[in-house]
Amino acid sequence: MLDWKITARLTALGLGMALAAAIPEALPSREAAAAANAAAIRIDNFNFAPPTLVVAPGTTVTWTNADDSPHTVREKDGKFKSAALDTDDSFSQIFTAPGEYEYFCSIHPRMVGKVVVKAGAKLSSN
Amino acid sequence: MADREQKKLSEAAGVNRRGLLKCVAWAGTGVLWNVSGGVPRSLGLLGEAAAAEKQAGGLTFLQISDSHVGFDKPANPNALGTFQEAIAKINAMPTPPAFIIHTGDITHLSKDKEFDDADQAMKALKQTVHVIPGEHDVADADNGKLFLDRYGKDTHGKGWYTFDAGGVHFVALINVFNFAPGFKSAGLAQLGNEQLEWLEKDLKGRSASTPIVVLAHLPLWTIYEPWGWGTEDAPRALGYLKRFGSVTVLNGHIHQIQQKVEGNVSFHTARSTAFPQPAPGSAPAPGPMKVPDDQLHSVLGVRTVNYVRGKNPLAVIDTPLGA
Repeated sequence: MLDWKITARLTALGLGMALAAAIPEALPSREAAAAANAAAIRIDNFNFAPPTLVVAPGTTVTWTNADDSPHTVREKDGKFKSAALDTDDSFSQIFTAPGEYEYFCSIHPRMVGKVVVKAGAKLSSN
Repeated sequence: MADREQKKLSEAAGVNRRGLLKCVAWAGTGVLWNVSGGVPRSLGLLGEAAAAEKQAGGLTFLQISDSHVGFDKPANPNALGTFQEAIAKINAMPTPPAFIIHTGDITHLSKDKEFDDADQAMKALKQTVHVIPGEHDVADADNGKLFLDRYGKDTHGKGWYTFDAGGVHFVALINVFNFAPGFKSAGLAQLGNEQLEWLEKDLKGRSASTPIVVLAHLPLWTIYEPWGWGTEDAPRALGYLKRFGSVTVLNGHIHQIQQKVEGNVSFHTARSTAFPQPAPGSAPAPGPMKVPDDQLHSVLGVRTVNYVRGKNPLAVIDTPLGA
């Protein structure tokens, strides 16, 4: 878990360079860059909203718990996991590799969500 | 309650009429359950003094659950305080129980400080406390490392273990690590193959007349699937247990009393020492339920279990903290 986070942070520092070298088309404009770099998921009433979030590689996704109950954010294969989030606590994760990341709350496992990381994707959700 | 019904109940449960009348006199202070041959019967409501009287002469142990130390929301701004209160009540019992079991959710957020506070509170108990984790105790980013470092010594796999007391074989199962996330399911708990294989091996060769008490945080029967209140692979565990004459399953997690009997197996869930939760399906989601301040103590509780060899195997008594 710890390793993943450290890696994620290091990647964040070197992000501009990495993206410029690997996928220059990922940052076509300043607006898109801003949108692609940060996205939010709200945890409310035992739901992740939006349940599916599509982002470009390099996006930092932040989950914020608006419930009275604590929740966690845990990727199903353990690729990342937050500590328990109390009311108003947040957890951020940067997504560099394209793919689909299914996650759930390990305290309330019927709460599930998905982050889809797609090169060139504009921030969208459904 | 009609006299005829009282008589029927008292005959069935093997209590005398005087005892039963005493139970009735204590109405409103607790629920006494007597499990005979795997069939639990509610004897009525009972308070602490009568409970203490019933405990004489058998193995008595006490269950506490869901202390959620660290919880400070309106449903109970001081969960540590109500936990300490429960412990003070245990220490004030005229007949002290042999040991204590805590069926999980010791802490609210798996924080080091919460574990420290809970440990400090439990140090006031003279007895051994056997603990199992709830999902709130393994919610740290390292998936339960904090809990297992503290309580996992001398246990198997991810914390499961057994112990024997007074002729009863106790099996502590862990069902808070292997959830089936609700991508295509209700997100029920799981015991997992490794633990089930260990359980099968542990029970093999034991006499069917050995009374078994199983501890697990989430119920081992499905109480309410939409809220994930159940354990998906519990039927396999119960398959290994069904040849035993007396099996009692003690759970926590749902913060209210629910019971069920299936063959020789009886299932009970305990109240929380911290806050109540809504009845299954009665709210959009489970979670801390705010009740008027003066009613909080009536919905929190501790449970005493009394085992008398050769008589009624187990009497399960729930006592609200306000009693």
